[in-house]
Order: sequence, then C-alpha cells, then structure tokens
Amino acid sequence: MYKEYEAIIGLEVHAQLSTETKAFCSCSTKFGKTPNSNVCPVCLGHPGVLPVLNEKVVEYSALMGLATNCNINEYSVFARKNYFYPDLPKGYQISQYKEPICSDGFLEITTANNEKKRIRIERIHIEEDAGKSIHDSGSETLVDLNRCGVPLIEIVSKPDIKSPEEASLYLQKIRQIVRYLGICDGNMEEGSLRCDANVSVRKIGEKILGTKTEIKNMNSFKNIERAINFEIERQIDLLEDGKQIDQQTLLWNADLNKSESMRSKEEADDYRYFPEPDLFPVIVDEAWIEKIKTQMPELANARCERFINQYNIPEYDARILTNEKSLADYFESGTNFTNDFKSLSNWVMVEVLGIINNEKISIKDFPISSENLTQLINFINNGTISGKIAKEVFSEMLTDNKTAEQIISEKNISQISDVSELKEIISNIFNDYPKQVKEYIDGKEKLIGFFVGKIMQQTQGKANPKLLNEILKNKLSSLKNN
Amino acid sequence: MRPIYSNHKEKLSKLISGELSLIDNVSYFLKNIEKNNHLNTFNFVFEKEVLKQAEIIQDKIKNGTNGKLAGMVIGIKDVLSIKDKPTTCSSNTLKNFNAIYTATAVQKLIDEDAIIIGKTNCDEFAMGSSNENSAFGTVLNPNDNTRVAGGSSGGSAAAVSAGLCDAALGTDTGGSIRQPASFCGVYGLKPTYGRVSRYGLTAFASSFDSIGPFANSVNDLSIILEVISGKDEKDSTSADEPVTEYIKFDKKFEKIKIGVPKEYFGEGLDTEIETSIKNKINELREKEFEFVDITLPHTQYTIAAYYILTTAEASSNLARYDGTRFGHRTKEYRSLIDMYEKTRSEGFGKEVKRRIMLGTYVLSAGYYDAYYRKAQKVRRLIKDDFDKVFEKVDLILTPTTPTTAFLIGAKIDDPLTMYLNDIYTTSANLAGIPGINIPIGKDKNGLPIGMQLLANQFEEEKLLSTAQLINNII
Ligand SMILES: [Zn+2]
Repeated sequence: MYKEYEAIIGLEVHAQLSTETKAFCSCSTKFGKTPNSNVCPVCLGHPGVLPVLNEKVVEYSALMGLATNCNINEYSVFARKNYFYPDLPKGYQISQYKEPICSDGFLEITTANNEKKRIRIERIHIEEDAGKSIHDSGSETLVDLNRCGVPLIEIVSKPDIKSPEEASLYLQKIRQIVRYLGICDGNMEEGSLRCDANVSVRKIGEKILGTKTEIKNMNSFKNIERAINFEIERQIDLLEDGKQIDQQTLLWNADLNKSESMRSKEEADDYRYFPEPDLFPVIVDEAWIEKIKTQMPELANARCERFINQYNIPEYDARILTNEKSLADYFESGTNFTNDFKSLSNWVMVEVLGIINNEKISIKDFPISSENLTQLINFINNGTISGKIAKEVFSEMLTDNKTAEQIISEKNISQISDVSELKEIISNIFNDYPKQVKEYIDGKEKLIGFFVGKIMQQTQGKANPKLLNEILKNKLSSLKNN
Repeated sequence: MRPIYSNHKEKLSKLISGELSLIDNVSYFLKNIEKNNHLNTFNFVFEKEVLKQAEIIQDKIKNGTNGKLAGMVIGIKDVLSIKDKPTTCSSNTLKNFNAIYTATAVQKLIDEDAIIIGKTNCDEFAMGSSNENSAFGTVLNPNDNTRVAGGSSGGSAAAVSAGLCDAALGTDTGGSIRQPASFCGVYGLKPTYGRVSRYGLTAFASSFDSIGPFANSVNDLSIILEVISGKDEKDSTSADEPVTEYIKFDKKFEKIKIGVPKEYFGEGLDTEIETSIKNKINELREKEFEFVDITLPHTQYTIAAYYILTTAEASSNLARYDGTRFGHRTKEYRSLIDMYEKTRSEGFGKEVKRRIMLGTYVLSAGYYDAYYRKAQKVRRLIKDDFDKVFEKVDLILTPTTPTTAFLIGAKIDDPLTMYLNDIYTTSANLAGIPGINIPIGKDKNGLPIGMQLLANQFEEEKLLSTAQLINNII
C-alpha cells in the first residue's frame, strides 16, 4: 500500500557559521569551552545591551547564497522572534523573517540511479543560536550560554524532496558546500549542522497537499533517513486506517527508533515577529556582491570536472576524491610529485580513505603526507618494490612516521630487478625441482605459479614479480620448444 | 552653603580660582539630599565615593589636567548602567541587581571628570508620566509637595529643581525628560534619536528612547550634550553626525522662523498655559523672531501610534526579566512556566504589566497588521508632517504639557487621561527629532509652566542657540 503514496518533504537546515566571533558581540565562538566562559553582557542579555552585527556573518551568508544559486537581496531586515526559554537570555532570538538575505535558489543532487535532481531553495536567513540547557544535574536545569549568539544560517528548501534518501543526499550536498566554502565545519554530532524536516504524504495523482508534520532532533544522516521514513509510514498507516493526521511537531528519539510528539498545533508559539529596532536593515550593493563573488572558492562539482580533465581520471574517482574538500586537497597536492595520477587516485581512494573511514579520523590527521605517499607510488613504478611489498611499507609508514625510502633501505626490501640475478635464481629452482619442470614441459602450464611461489619464498618476496614472470615464461617456453 | 554660580562655566572658574571648594560643594549637595529625603528623588546616593572623587578632581583642577565637566555634580536616572552599582529601573524585579558594565553616556561624563552623585528615581522601566509607578515611591514636586514631579524621569527633574545636584541625566521615550522638566521648572533636552548612544540604557522602546540632560541653564544642557553625544561602536543606531561645541552659541542663524502648530493649542490645553505661551510669542515677535502658523495634520494619531509601537517594543524588551539569570525570582514554583508567571507577576508593577500585555496583543498573529503595521505607517506620516514643516520653518514652538503639575493620585487610576499628558511630547519621539523644555514662568498656584521648542533631526545647535536667545529675552 505504501507504493500508492508519495511523500512531500521540505528541509530546514541550520548551519553554524565558523566566524571567529559571535553574530552580535565580540565573544569567541569556540566549541567545548568551560560553560559560560564565552559570554559578555551582550550575549547574556543584560539590561541596556545592544547587538552589533558581525559583518563576516553577512559575507558568509551571501557566499552560501551564491553557492546555491540564490538572489542576494540588497535589502534585508532583522526581526525579533519572541519566546520564553531558559537558554534564550533576551526572551527573543534575533533572526530574519519577511526579508531574508538570500532567496530563490537551488542545488542539484545526484540520486542513486545517477540522475541529477534539482531541489529549490526558498530562502537563506541569518539568525543567532540559543544556549544549551543541561538537564543532567539532579532536578536542576543548568544553562550554558557559550553557544548563545553564535551565528547561524537557516537554509529552507522548497518541498521538492520525495524520499528519505533524497533528504539525506540534499543534506550531504549542503554539508559539502558549507565545508567547501569554509563557513561551517558541518559537524552533525556537535550540532554545527542541524536539520528539521516537514513531511506530508498524499496518494499519487492527488493535487492537494496532505497535512504536514515537523520532525526535529535528527542529528545524523542515518537518523534523518530513519526519522523521515518512520514518519512517512506513520502518516500512511493513519490514512489507511481512515484516521486524520494532526499538524504537530515531533522529536526523533534515536534510542527508541521512533518519533514522539513534542507539541500540537494549538500549543505552537506565536512568535510575535517584528523588525529588530536595535539594528538597521542590511543593505548590500552590486559592487559588494561582486566582491563576495571573487571570494568564492572552486566548489565540488567544478573541481570534479577539472580533476577528470586535468588528471585524466575516471568520473567515479573524481567524484569520490572531490566529495570532501580536504581529501581533494590531499590528492591534488600529491599530483605535484608524480605523473601517475591514476595510481595516486587508487591509493587515496582505497588505502587512505579505508583508514580514515575505519578509524573515523579526518584526512588532516592522517599520518602520511601526500608527498610521502607519492614517493611510495613512485618506488612501485620504478620497480624498486612490488605492489605487495608497498602495502607492507605503507602499513609501517602509518605507525613509524618514516618515509618509504627510509623503510625500504633499513629493511633491505628493495626488489631484485636485476635480470641476470633473476635468471640465476630461476636456474637454481629448476635444478631443485626437475620433476615439476618436466611436468610443465608436458603441458601442465599452471605450474608456473608453483615456480613463482618457490622463488618468492626464497627471495622473501623481493623478486620483481613482473620481471620474474617474464623471464620465467621465456625460460620455460624455450625449454618446451627444445 | 547654596551654590553661588549660575552654570558650570562659572562654577569651574570659581573652582579654578579657589573661590569655591569642590569638597564643600559636594558636601552641600549630600546634606541637601538628606534634608530633602521626603522628595524621593534619589534611589541611591554614593556618599562615600563622591567626597573621594571631589578630592581627586579638585587636584586635577589645581594641576590643570581636568576634563570639561570637572566638578559638575550629576544625578543619573536609575535606568542607566553604572558598573557595580545598582540599576533597578525603580522596579522590584531589579531591586537587588548590580550592573556589570557602565553605559556609554555615563562613562563619557566620568571621563570628563563629572561627579556622579547617585541614581535618581523614575517610573518603573521609564513607563509613566507622574513618577508614581516606582518601587521606591512617588517623587514629590519640589514646588508643591502635594503634586507630582512628572515622569518618567521625575527624580532627575526634581533633584535639579530642588538643588540636589548641578544636573542630571534622564531618558525620554515620549516626553519623559521634557514633561517632568516642565512640571519642575527646569531645562530639559531630548536630543535627536541616535545622537547619544543608548548602550547601557535599559530599553523601554528601543526606537524611541533618547538620553538627555536636565539642568538649570541652556549652557549646561549644551556642554553635557556635547560630552555625551557621538557615534558609539556598541550602538548600531547611534549616529555618525559631527558633534558641535554647542556651548559656544557662536553660529549665527538668519532671522529665526518659528512655526506654531494649531493642533497643539486646542481642546485640553490649560488656558493659563495658553495665555502664558501666547504672551511669550508676542514678546519674541517684537525681537528678531518671525512666527508662522503651521499645521501638523496627523497630530491626533500620535498618542495611539505611540502607545502601540512603544508597548510592542517594550513587551519584547522586558522579556528578559524572567528570573532565570538575574533579578527577582519567585521563591516557590512547580514548573518553568509557573516560575516565569510568578516571577513576572511579583516583579513588575501594574503599569508595566499593562504595557507588556498591550504590546503582546498588538504583535499577536492576526492583529499585527491592524495595529503594529498601521501604527508604523502613522509614524511615517507624522515624520512626513515634520519634514514638510521644517522645509518652511527653523523651529516649532508648543506648550510642553497641557496642564501644570497635577495632584498626586489624581490620574493614577485613569491611564488614558494619564497618557494624554504626553500629547505634545510624543510626536518628537515618533519623528526622532530633538526638543527642549524652557521654563517660562509660573501659574497662579506657583507651579512652573514649560514651553517646548522642537527642531529638525540633528539641529540641536539651532535649538540650543535659540533657547539661549529666548532665555536672554524673557
Ligand atoms: Zn558575548
């Protein structure tokens, strides 16, 4: 029965901007400091304080707008969103309401069956973050206001998203863009990237939108897919039972794998928005927007295209390499030290990514520099070591903080690539195993593996495998022909 | 010994010559404050510090290293922050609250060696026209102790009027400097919106609030304004306009043309005030002033627009007094909402609650367009009225108040009549223009009568120079 329905999903994404100071005061935005240490009279909301806009916040927001094909509005207005909560010292949040900084944009996602899909963006507006209520101290609720006043942008999509998978892809795309722009670290666990979803369902073919619900508190990509999926099925089940969907806000409970009602429509706050009298409207002109455009870095899509052309690597590789800016930087700095871009790509995609994904570290904390990795690749290419040995050297590089060159020379593991030396080793093996030589000549050609194995055993794997194969084949076939 | 100077310039020269001792002067003020304790003008007096301060500044004067306001003894309305001093806004909600930083305007006074003698009483959160809405009690009018001093800066006006300090800072959101100045018979200036930084002024209505001085002379208003004005990085709405040495009064204006709006002389205006002002106009007409009749057609909407917009802003500005982080918190509560409700019910007085409710209502979904948006449009129209008039005239002259100081308790249960007391003063705040109260005499009961002069935005120099000229004539 689920197949008869379609889901209509819109996402509201909050990205914490990585400015040095808060949106409206000069406090630091550093995460994880002692509670209530990054505060001042302004962000504490003391009587008589006034907000002063951090201009970097406008720049960062405009960058995001430009990266998502939005109009940058030359006139935007701050508004107060009024509600009472312990982590909101002023009793209102400074936000933008009717006149946001950016509007009418879009971004493109690539779906699982490799189709490009455009998701429209309704608006991007600036606001300040609230503090954090901490409930784990007995019956008391404690409030940490370090986060209070940290700048956020809220990116509101049109309801163009049709499935939990698309929602996740859209959010991944946003995360990729903010990280490429360097305006947000995109860390969902720490809450620097947050997402709420508006979900409704309707029978395929119907024109009228169903009643929508809002889901909050989905703090990972996995949870977003699960929560939206849960909500779609919950709504369809209700409709199939002939019941109504209540407009409400739900909280996703990741431990129980289900959503729980937070408040109904009747309990919803009336935020009493009105223009913030302490701040003038933000006015930007064409020249300013042009200046911001010059700060725009190369984004993932453009970089992917360039990698394909410049380094002649497959689109598949380029996509993976450019998914994260830091990984693309790693690859690209390696290209200064080798011309074998495809091998470099393979090593980065398989070995390097394998380790950072396994150990959940960032490429910035990866112990092998791209220059040292390239040196290792070059040792394979010039025949100094085999690919198999290279993997062992790579493992040692991870732990020993040594270069490939140091490890190879210390362990004396450079390959035997000398033809006459290899010929002599082969002759000795033939002498040791005359029976097998005879069998080979009689047609049991797969015995070539046997010889390779024996030689590798004897040379502790140092024989250049390609060369060995060549010489061995030549020798055997000449024996056969005689 | 009662001060023997008529303005700060004279005081400073006497301090320099040694004719006047600053320590004696400050001691005199302290004694006089004590003697007039019944007036309720001061919420807090800084007895200990001011004498020490007087010594330091006396030395600076001796060494010639003193600032412009050296030795000027100033009271500060208790809505302005001074670090480590109480800032109560005359409210129970902040009765035990000490500010953790100093307001820009106050800091500028201190930097010029003024002596801050204490915090003056006012209506709670500057909401009121009689200074009867105060957790510290009603301020009495020094001219007649059965009458109000006016509000909301009643303590500042009465303190200057009673000779308890040389000058005082007040705030004016709809007449809160000019009206009590008029009731108490002193000079009071509301500068252009943005002229003086609001940083450290506890907000009532952010787009209306202005800080300004009370004094016994135009000279002193001028020098204080000169010190406290200017762009402040901490207040985005503060203006980047040049600050003049107003006190020089040396800029010559062509024959001053003054507009008299007919809407300000209609029903409700006390006949004695009307006659008094008309007489002044006639006196001035004989000198170098030209008077023309003007019209400010949207005047009848000012009170309505004013009370919608200021209460809307106030409802949001006062949300922070919720008992979570500072100020009063109720003793017992069952839940977060319960704490908010009890804390705010106990902490705020009747008038403040009335305005929070009104402001919350006009911003509510479904009412915003009918009230808030419409009032914003009216504000625009009122500003346009003034813009048009100022194309033709230099200044506007009106009564400051429709009546002289009324009896204590006379209007406290009738908010609408109380609000109408601001009928001539609120328009300047809606338009963001400067205005001054000039005392022009007394009525038959011996109560001061005030005349208001209004100028276009940032034309304080013209306003003060003319006030000084008028002062010399009458
Ligand atoms: Zn701060």
